[in-house]
Amino acid sequence: MSDKIIEMKNVNKWFGDFQVLKDVNLDVNQKQKIVVCGPSGSGKSTLIRCINRLEEHQKGSIIVDGNELTEDTKNIEKIRAEVGMVFQQFNLFPHLSILDNCTLAPIWVKKMPKKQAEELAMNELKKVQIVDQAKKFPGQLSGGQQQRSAIARALCMEPKIMLFDEPTSALDPEMIKEVLDAMVSLAKGGMTMIVVTHEMGFAKEVADEVIFMDEGMIVEKQPTKQFFANPKNDRTKLFLSQIL
Amino acid sequence: MSKINFLKPDKQNLSTYLYTGSFLFFIAVFDVFLSSFFKINITSFLPNFVSFLLPLILGIIGLHLVRIEFSGIKNLDLLNKNINTSTFNAVLTLLIIFIIIKSIPPIMSWFILDANIAGDTKEACTGSGACWTYIKIWLRRFVYGMYPNDLQWRINISFILLIALAFVGYFPSEKLRKFLTLYYVVIYPIIAFVLIYYLISGGAFGLEWVETGAWGGLSLTFIVSFFCLIFCFPVGMFLALGRRSELPTLRYISVGFIEFWRGVPLITVLFMSSVMFPMFLPEDFFMDKLVRVIIAISLFEAAYVAEVIRGGLQALPRGQYDAAKSLGMGYWKMHIFVILPQALKLVIPGIANTFLALVKDTPLIFVVGLLEIVGMLNLAKTNPKWLGFAMEGYVFAAIIFWIICYAMSRYSYNLEIKYKTER
Repeated sequence: MSDKIIEMKNVNKWFGDFQVLKDVNLDVNQKQKIVVCGPSGSGKSTLIRCINRLEEHQKGSIIVDGNELTEDTKNIEKIRAEVGMVFQQFNLFPHLSILDNCTLAPIWVKKMPKKQAEELAMNELKKVQIVDQAKKFPGQLSGGQQQRSAIARALCMEPKIMLFDEPTSALDPEMIKEVLDAMVSLAKGGMTMIVVTHEMGFAKEVADEVIFMDEGMIVEKQPTKQFFANPKNDRTKLFLSQIL
Repeated sequence: MSKINFLKPDKQNLSTYLYTGSFLFFIAVFDVFLSSFFKINITSFLPNFVSFLLPLILGIIGLHLVRIEFSGIKNLDLLNKNINTSTFNAVLTLLIIFIIIKSIPPIMSWFILDANIAGDTKEACTGSGACWTYIKIWLRRFVYGMYPNDLQWRINISFILLIALAFVGYFPSEKLRKFLTLYYVVIYPIIAFVLIYYLISGGAFGLEWVETGAWGGLSLTFIVSFFCLIFCFPVGMFLALGRRSELPTLRYISVGFIEFWRGVPLITVLFMSSVMFPMFLPEDFFMDKLVRVIIAISLFEAAYVAEVIRGGLQALPRGQYDAAKSLGMGYWKMHIFVILPQALKLVIPGIANTFLALVKDTPLIFVVGLLEIVGMLNLAKTNPKWLGFAMEGYVFAAIIFWIICYAMSRYSYNLEIKYKTER
């Protein structure tokens, strides 16, 4: 099983007394697309934030691309550079233009020459179809455009894994499609993706596996077709009946 | 024409009310104007008390008459909406107008009409107004302190250079903008120190040595505030970062430092720096008094700057930290490129506030025997040949300080606009 890129074993996490993750086990293979769904507060976001250690897990082990996540800061920075992340609130840097947002990390983290970084950024912006907005500042763009820029920014680091934390939840309905389109074409390009989302249409289209989480546990993990056709767990059934 | 009711002005007889009202209002203002500028009381035939209150009464009636809602005349509606909404507001408006008119003649006469500027002794001041001769004669001392007259060009040149270099912040291209902080925080202070050290202090390149005890006046105000400003800023920045650090030792040291300096009065700090501090130093170690004072004020103000900057850091959404981290940036890269540029931009008004306070605190250095502009004034006013002109001196200092502070506040405001981006 050499193509395992993420291995989570018995991961536990607490916020104070509250246990957010309870013995989570999850393996992700290369080029696999996984959609994580579940009611709010079920620990979905925390789960994927643990993968690039924006949150620390307190028990268990997480191995990303052969490196175990530990206290070692240099190691974490190395892993973070390989794991792209897209947030619900976009989190673009408002004081930099879209192009600078995209080139900042390649230049200063990967030490890429500025010219090359800009070419790369323009290329990625072209893929998400906002190349004409490159000189603008985030505040001047619509939500959908901002989120696509954020995807381009993450891709500029040429990551091996992309994490999406409810990328469409803060968007107006008519902008959701353009962001999902960008994600679909990224998935078709063969990226390893873990997506927290409520967009079941997207899950049906691209996911290899769907995970249902509740109260910090992975309740159900099935290939996409089975997941929607015959969910085993009662909570999954209830959730699906409400959301579909 | 409908019936005219003077208690309830309405729109039907608009022009009648308008003309009567304006006429009464102008009579009121004219009466005050005459009595203030020409000491003529046109209502002297009335009893004293009535004569005194008449302008106010006339004004109130006048403003009452023009208080017509939706008159259709734009300026009148504007007036009624903003300053003539009720009788109470009308009274306030009238009082303010009267006070302004009343106060113009005495101020004018003190500042200009009855003031003296000719001559060069105290005896030249014969008028009842200000004696600007005093300021004129002492101007060199007020500006340069005891700095030798024939060497003062050195101060002038270094200040001109420093001001020119400070304005570099206005012209960088998009490309160089990110080095601006580096320039102001590191490069500029070094240039400034070298300039002041070699040009004003002298002692090298054939320039005569002038000890810091001779420095003084406005130029000392500038030197002290200038160095304190540029030193306290980076120190404050590191303290702010330290206070938010995850390392407990660093955090407690920062908190302790900030709370210590914020808890003691500046005057004590200055006194300590000059009297107590040298006692702890080895015998042969000498540190100039001016340097000690600058360090003391810088550390004192750094504590305040730290808290202002911390406010900016806390105002940033957590997502900015997350995004920077998720791109693989370490602590310093994240702060230099993402966090600090945004946080500092947010706190420009707060920092300007602290800096203005700092400039106005500099006169306190008199407690250690350094005489900047207010110190020189105090010295000059006790000169036996020039007794009794404290007022002129303080007015002069107030004007100078106001100009400095206003310029600084405009500069900060411009920076604010320049670096404004939408969120």
